[in-house]
Amino acid sequence: MSDWHTSTLTQLAAGLRARKFSSVELVRAYLDRIDASQAALNAFISVTREQALADAAVADRALAAGAGGALTGVPIAHKDIFCTQGVRTTCGSRMLDNFVSPYDATVVAKLRGAGAIMLGKTNMDEFAMGSSSETSFYGPVRNPWNPQLVPGGSSGGSAAAVAARLVPAATATDTGGSIRQPAALCGITGLKPTYGRVSRYGMIAFASSLDQGGVLTASAADAALMLREMAGFDANDSTSVDTPVPDYVAALEQPLAGLKVGLLREFFDQGLDAHNEQRVREALKLYQQLGARLTEVSLPNLPLSVPVYYVVAPAECSSNLARFDGVRFGYRCENPRDLTDLYRRSRGEGFGAEVKRRIMTGTYVLSAGYYDAYYLKAQRVRQLINADFTRAFGSVDVLMGPTTPTPAFAIGAKTSDPITMYLNDIYTIGANLAGLPAVSIPCGFVQDLPVGLQIVGPHFSEARVLNAAHAFQRATDWHTRVPRGYA
Amino acid sequence: MSAWETVIGLEIHAQLATGSKIFSGSATAYGAPPNAQANLVDLGYPGVLPVLNAEAVRMAVKLGLAINARIAAQSVFARKNYFYPDLPKGYQISQYELPIVAEGALDIVLDDGQVKRIGITRAHLEEDAGKSLHEGLPGVTGIDLNRAGTPLVEIVSEPHLRSAKEAVTYMKKVHTLVRYLEICDGNMQEGSFRCDANVSVRPLGAHKFGTRAEIKNLNSFRFVERAINYEVARQIDILESGRQVLQETRLYDPDKGETRSMRSKEEANDYRYFPDPDLLPVVLEEAFIAQVRATLPELPDQKAARFVSQYGLSAYDAGVLTASRELAAYYEGVVGEVPQEPKLAANWVMGELAAALNKENLEVGSGRLPPARLAGLLKRISDQTISGKIAKEVFESMWAQGVSADAVIEAQGLRQITDTAAIERVIDAVMTQNPAQLAEYRAGKDKLFGFFVGQVMKATAGKANPAQLNELLRRKLGG
Repeated sequence: MSDWHTSTLTQLAAGLRARKFSSVELVRAYLDRIDASQAALNAFISVTREQALADAAVADRALAAGAGGALTGVPIAHKDIFCTQGVRTTCGSRMLDNFVSPYDATVVAKLRGAGAIMLGKTNMDEFAMGSSSETSFYGPVRNPWNPQLVPGGSSGGSAAAVAARLVPAATATDTGGSIRQPAALCGITGLKPTYGRVSRYGMIAFASSLDQGGVLTASAADAALMLREMAGFDANDSTSVDTPVPDYVAALEQPLAGLKVGLLREFFDQGLDAHNEQRVREALKLYQQLGARLTEVSLPNLPLSVPVYYVVAPAECSSNLARFDGVRFGYRCENPRDLTDLYRRSRGEGFGAEVKRRIMTGTYVLSAGYYDAYYLKAQRVRQLINADFTRAFGSVDVLMGPTTPTPAFAIGAKTSDPITMYLNDIYTIGANLAGLPAVSIPCGFVQDLPVGLQIVGPHFSEARVLNAAHAFQRATDWHTRVPRGYA
Repeated sequence: MSAWETVIGLEIHAQLATGSKIFSGSATAYGAPPNAQANLVDLGYPGVLPVLNAEAVRMAVKLGLAINARIAAQSVFARKNYFYPDLPKGYQISQYELPIVAEGALDIVLDDGQVKRIGITRAHLEEDAGKSLHEGLPGVTGIDLNRAGTPLVEIVSEPHLRSAKEAVTYMKKVHTLVRYLEICDGNMQEGSFRCDANVSVRPLGAHKFGTRAEIKNLNSFRFVERAINYEVARQIDILESGRQVLQETRLYDPDKGETRSMRSKEEANDYRYFPDPDLLPVVLEEAFIAQVRATLPELPDQKAARFVSQYGLSAYDAGVLTASRELAAYYEGVVGEVPQEPKLAANWVMGELAAALNKENLEVGSGRLPPARLAGLLKRISDQTISGKIAKEVFESMWAQGVSADAVIEAQGLRQITDTAAIERVIDAVMTQNPAQLAEYRAGKDKLFGFFVGQVMKATAGKANPAQLNELLRRKLGG
């Protein structure tokens, strides 16, 4: 068989259980696709071929015995921000180039427990700081739809890998849009769950109050299958929430009739590319045809989300990244003269420019005399944005709008102007600030580049959000499109 | 020379007696090989997260209730950011704006017997740092993170203390309290109980505080007293020579008996405190607080007051006997056996017993001399089987041999002579043997009475009942 890669994760899991093909065959085929793509896309930082094949053999034995979990034998990849025991975990940084994690992240352990086979670790913006996957120490990731363009970020490696069908699914993280924005730019499905739905233990922290693990897949149904295995309370993460994990897969087929959809007025702003807007409006029209009721909703404080985010996230990151000091693990400079020299050069040489920019911004906003004006004020505005969302969800079931203002942009186009880069997350940050679940699904193309539709729901409404996404994907085939050269 | 007033506030760090660390499951036992008690959370590895130890919260609440403080319905952990090799995450998790305990107080007794109330601004939970090792590591610095993440409660007093002595009295009071509450082992040598002292001086009668120096990490009562006294003298010296005291952090050097500058205000870190997003606010229900309140033991002050009223002890003796829960329990163990002699029991516990324990560096709870056995000795004093003087010899034998008072009295024939006829016989013999002294006494030299007492005691090996002897001798010598 040669068309495994056009099958969905759900189909592959079923095929393995039915013994139509073996996990070893499947894993080898995907590993070969990864190898073949690497020069063009640079989607992976590490490929764990030997371990993957060994794990696949074990999975085949379990499948032969009629045992195994929901994902037994299915190949996946992990964003290189998730700690994987015995496997290098770099976070896209020179700082952790030599770091082999002594433990597994909870998400990694859960997916392994469900039977998934890890093929490797995907490339990403350094410490997840970026919207283009250009800040990686391992070089930029390229968009499979056009290698001159960025795949989005920070989970650009995972997004490119799924878009090019190098793996059927990959884990990712989303602090300000790092799952949804690359999903939109790569034409795939990206789910950021509710804050606290998926354990952050073992997920290297960028901004702890915003970071949330999630998944990139080819379809909402596949995202539901992955989330069902990834989600749940973790005693090792105090911010994970102890609420039951529903069967997201079983909830997919619920009818949409009567679904109250709010159009986010603030998302249809001047910055939104006219062609993008057109695709999104067409998608909304389709939802109407599927039985949804559309109303326009305003979240007046939402336009403040970018400035709020660029205070809160750097503040937390400046503290979270203090542990990378060259003392216990990671990069250490050559021949430090003294302690200060060790700190200065290890961090100065180990971190890239964007990470340093954010550490400095964060240090500044937390400093004596500036804390109230920046950090405290940002937290207050964050509360206002939360309140806006809460009010909106009093009258609608989900909110919809574009995921990004434009399709994918050229590599290098925005690297010299951080503010322009930051504005790329303008539609995604709100969900992080409020801790809400959100999904981006492909809803058409502009000049052969995919466009994403974003669906945001109330806390712990992943089932409803995925149900809405799935209904759209049953009525469209945008999500089945594969970039030329990878079909 | 003008008069100066000293102003002191203490920040006491008490290590909570939880079995495990405040944010990880690692053990907190003292003396393990370096880093044997440091797991990935303690080492600050990428991706790890803190999980709050509920026992530490319970202990902090217990302390708060014991000092009549306000227990916060919601308290928040914050990150104190600074770089140091023994601080693995680059920040210490502490509490800043919203501590778990606020606005408490403790009463101390001053030398003149006056009671002074010392305000306690706050008490907050935090994690300890590790330590750097230099010994035996030429050219490099070792880091031991066993202590990193050890739960501490930092108890911050108001600047109500006015002398080194008051500071020590207050610190001892807190020391007694935390051990009563069984939330801290109080072991100062192992660093389980230590303090920073904020010291300033001002002209007597002034309202404004002087510029303070913070003396870090004082781990004995003696050092606290010496460091403060040195620092006060240093500051007065500066002010009297017309110079200014600098706001700075200082270290006490116990070998030289002086404090020296560690860093100035300008060099002080900007800690960039902000709420730790990895930890939820600590929300305490009334029911939980009530549950903790129900576990409070009788507190030192309550116990001392009861000892005064129940046993008729002086306030001073009651204070000494209640200085530790173990000592108080021992005393009550003794007095339970000889309820008719509470004062005698107090004297023996504070006197002979304390001295004997001290000599061998033993704790009162060591079991070397169980309370019932000491009570056995006191019973023999009480029923006049032996005199107090003989009792001291008996005590020594009991202590050395681990036997009962009765066994010693029997074996050594120390039973007191209370037979009037027997004592009279000895008196007669002494009078016969010392005619010259007898004549002098009868001629008015009263002082010789003691000579006769001594002779009789010598003849009876000290066993004559002293009161009886006095009475009989007075009668006989009088002729």
